[in-house]
Amino acid sequence: MNDDKTLARSVNDPYLLEAAGVVKRFSGVTVLRDGSLKLRPGTVHALCGGNGAGKSTFLSILMGLLSRDGGKISVRGREVEFSSPAQALDGGIAIITQELSPIRGMTVAENIYLGREPMRMGFVIDYAALNARAGELLTRLGFDISPKANMCDLSLAKVQLVEIAKAISFNSSILIMDEPTSAIGEHETGVLFNAIATLKKKGVGIVYVSHRLSELFQVADEYTVFRDGAFVESGAMADITRERLIELIVGRKVGRSQRPERSGEFPAILKANDYSQGVHFQGISLALREGEILGIYGLMGAGRSEFLNCLYGLTRPDRGDLEVFGRSARIKKPKDAMRRGLSLLTEDRKDSGIVGCRPIRENISLSILRRISRLGFIRSGEIDGEKGIVNAMYQRFDIKASSPELAVQRLSGGNQQKVVLSRCVTTKPKILLCDEPTRGIDEGTKQQIYGFLSEFVKGEHCGAIVVSSELDEILQVSDRILVFRRGKIAGEIKSSEATHAKLTHMAS
Amino acid sequence: MNRLLSFRVLSRYGILIAFAVLCVTLSIMSPYFLTAGNLSNIALQISVNGILAIGMTFVILAAGIDLSVGSVLGMAGIVAASMVAGDTVHSPVVAVAAGVATGAVLGLVNGSIIAWCRVPAFVVTLGMLSAARGFTQIYNDGMPVPGLSDAFIFLGSGRLLGVPVPVWIFASLLLLSWLVLKYTRYGRYVYAVGGNEKSARTSGVPTRAVIASVYVICGACAGLASIIHTARSTTALVDAGTGYELDAIAAVVIGGTSLTGGVGGVLGSLIGVLIIGVINNGLDLLGVESYYQQVIKGAVIVLAVLIDVVSRKEN
Repeated sequence: MNDDKTLARSVNDPYLLEAAGVVKRFSGVTVLRDGSLKLRPGTVHALCGGNGAGKSTFLSILMGLLSRDGGKISVRGREVEFSSPAQALDGGIAIITQELSPIRGMTVAENIYLGREPMRMGFVIDYAALNARAGELLTRLGFDISPKANMCDLSLAKVQLVEIAKAISFNSSILIMDEPTSAIGEHETGVLFNAIATLKKKGVGIVYVSHRLSELFQVADEYTVFRDGAFVESGAMADITRERLIELIVGRKVGRSQRPERSGEFPAILKANDYSQGVHFQGISLALREGEILGIYGLMGAGRSEFLNCLYGLTRPDRGDLEVFGRSARIKKPKDAMRRGLSLLTEDRKDSGIVGCRPIRENISLSILRRISRLGFIRSGEIDGEKGIVNAMYQRFDIKASSPELAVQRLSGGNQQKVVLSRCVTTKPKILLCDEPTRGIDEGTKQQIYGFLSEFVKGEHCGAIVVSSELDEILQVSDRILVFRRGKIAGEIKSSEATHAKLTHMAS
Repeated sequence: MNRLLSFRVLSRYGILIAFAVLCVTLSIMSPYFLTAGNLSNIALQISVNGILAIGMTFVILAAGIDLSVGSVLGMAGIVAASMVAGDTVHSPVVAVAAGVATGAVLGLVNGSIIAWCRVPAFVVTLGMLSAARGFTQIYNDGMPVPGLSDAFIFLGSGRLLGVPVPVWIFASLLLLSWLVLKYTRYGRYVYAVGGNEKSARTSGVPTRAVIASVYVICGACAGLASIIHTARSTTALVDAGTGYELDAIAAVVIGGTSLTGGVGGVLGSLIGVLIIGVINNGLDLLGVESYYQQVIKGAVIVLAVLIDVVSRKEN
């Protein structure tokens, strides 16, 4: 409706959105020194930066959640100051956030047009019109979702697509997408990118935030990098290499390494035989060798996470045997797994990794309280107690937090992951099971975690299994890659022989 | 950071300030309020709700709820009293053991169904609220148990070093539970399970056993509270403890323990118990009719939590 007006104005002004020198302070601490970004109509603009770079603060200011302490923001050449998301929406800025907030008891159409339902006689919702309108929108975007479906019946990926459709339904000329693909699979990502292409043609400008760099190269036209709360560089995506972009984000050179090839025979430290569990996975047989990082690649829903959870004793297999260090192992609960030297870094930090409301210190020591307590009382000392362990982990993982007494939910994703990883290694595991170890984490921390993994497997009789949906990650960290497809192993390939194309082909 | 800290201090002291204001107001309005006799009286009056609130704190910290404590108190009181009345008079130790054990067993039933059968705590303990009251009637054919031994009654009305025995019991239990929650492995497990059960399970915490155990503790506390309650009223009544779960839950919530679990502690609950106790006592002193008392108490409970919610939001 207001699209035509938008286009008319944008001819006069080259930028849809222009932010310059935006500053934000929290109680004296400057978290954003120079937030600057110029968005052209009909382009996708990648906003890059590590955790703590100031991206979230900047986006919060753009959408009116926070007020700015300095700088200028103009929409179509006119300076604006939004004090609520509703105002930002009126001003033509819509956002798709990382946090999903659907109303589960309602249908897809009701969710999309919540509070804007077409009315009959002024007070009765016109469901026919509502469903028709939603159906038309979903079809136009190419999303295969029925407007009458209940939200609670949809998969996480589809819920994310509905949120995207909702943001688009406002017909805003500026769309902010914050990690839109973190919860969706390869297929849905493709569908989303098609929708983005359609929006671009209509002159919509999109600010796109994602930690998945390969995605940025696929979808974005321009980039802007923030580091330590300030603008660093911007330019055309076509003019920059992946390595250079990482360098800009991290602030130093990062060697893109592959693991050196291993020669010789190594004994298996973990052997699963014919592992099966309902619809999740069937007949999985694999061996993890000493000193090896075994990558497991596959699409969402291929049964990878379910398999790891089952190995760790969170669930039980229907059938199958497990051998750990040559001895048959029956793992019924996580404690059994820990006793045999296994440790699991779960897929979803918030859901099953951290205890968010508790301090960092308590999160790190949770798995080894038995070891550091006497007669049930926890020893707190630096030498043989809790403090000592927390300090050691702070150093080992370079956890950045003002105090170990801070609640974990207040940390950035990267630091949260370091806390979970700390807890995993306190039990001195030999076999580390990592499920999406770097999801939603900034580039710098990612590299730290990769570094940790390759150090870890150098330990005596150690090995790791890494599940990941990111091709670059799986290629960088693993020695050998297994591909899961619909609950079965579709193939195995040496990392040195694997390519994006081969893995994608095997997985789909 | 500093701001965050000061908010936390504020939200914690907010309730303390409210308590202080309440005390000052009452001492102005009634000269009797601040006398040693009345303060000792308040301490005595709060000890039953105090002990119930301690057990309830464990349950709520573990992200649960126990609606059955009032009925469990009634049942345990009748069982305990029957040990020290009639033809066979046992030592009060036996009565205490019987009362606490009765509470613990009923708590175990609650906890087992909640932890292993995964029935919501609200439903299970609501069922127990009704069932335990029924058992109490069945146990003694709906008759009260009078004529309790003097040794037993001492537990309710006796004094040691000038302090009422119930206050000693409440204070010791408070200290013990504070130590357990703050310094022991078990305490950590309770917080972890309440904060995020899945994460706790992944970390190797025996989550189901922990969940079941908090209901056992809560039941045992109700059993102990029943001893004091019965000893003070010198007769065990079959409807003793009716509605007590409300004051216990209110005290825990006023004390800042989050109903979603994982945050809070018994010291907060102590403040909550004190606030409720002082309100009851003050309104009595001022001669406010009991119907009005209920209304005022309800309003104060909501107000106290409202302050807490607002301060959290600003945070």
